[in-house]
Amino acid sequence: MTILEIKEILGARVLSGEEWLDKEVHTACGSDMMSDVLAFVKDQAVLLTGLCNPQVIRTAEMMDIVCIVFVRNKKPDEEMIRLANEREIPLLATGHRMFSACGILYEKGLRGGTDYERYD
Amino acid sequence: MSDTIKLQYTVSTDDFTRAGEASGDVKRKLKKMGSAPEVVRKVAIAMYEGEINMVIHANGGTIDVEITPEEILMVLQDSGPGIADVEKAMQAGYSTAPDRVRALGFGAGMGLPNMKQYSDEMEIETTIGVGTKVTMKVFQT
Repeated sequence: MTILEIKEILGARVLSGEEWLDKEVHTACGSDMMSDVLAFVKDQAVLLTGLCNPQVIRTAEMMDIVCIVFVRNKKPDEEMIRLANEREIPLLATGHRMFSACGILYEKGLRGGTDYERYD
Repeated sequence: MSDTIKLQYTVSTDDFTRAGEASGDVKRKLKKMGSAPEVVRKVAIAMYEGEINMVIHANGGTIDVEITPEEILMVLQDSGPGIADVEKAMQAGYSTAPDRVRALGFGAGMGLPNMKQYSDEMEIETTIGVGTKVTMKVFQT
């Protein structure tokens, strides 16, 4: 799935990084806890988050996250947009809440991409 | 040309906006030098968590990085309060971070466990009231 497809599926706005929307996304992660993102995210992921501060962009940078989607229409400030542009990470905003945004993308075939322990 | 590249960074006090600048810089440098993507990511995450810890708990500090073809050595040194119980601090989920830090997306008690997970070797020397020194190594191969 491309970033552009994510934008369309979520009815999201592109806040910055219009020129990189053709990048491929393989997995997704939804979290407001950046330490959890740092612990688990795998390759070429999109990050969905309700957190809106510069550390979201920094975390994305360290994890090679290809796109950030802010849920509930959170709006990053100019400093965050500048950081994201420098790192070529497009920023999107959707009116959906976290659960719905993740569910809609899952329904369209996007997966979490991490292993988990199953307790039967 | 020397095979060792030495870098030093100052992590500023309680400036959450800038935390991660040093790690980002090392990440970009390693990428440029052609280190394996997995190595670059391991260094970036381990150092970033360390940097965040220094801002949250220790009023900043310094980070020395040495890059050789064999390994990346990171030494994080602060003059903070020290870690009272290192064993506890190493447990996933244990945190002494204040609520304001949690509101910023950290303080989940994953900092030290993540540093341990992503580095190949890690050593913590800490003295209460004096400071903490964390040494981490990531091997290039």
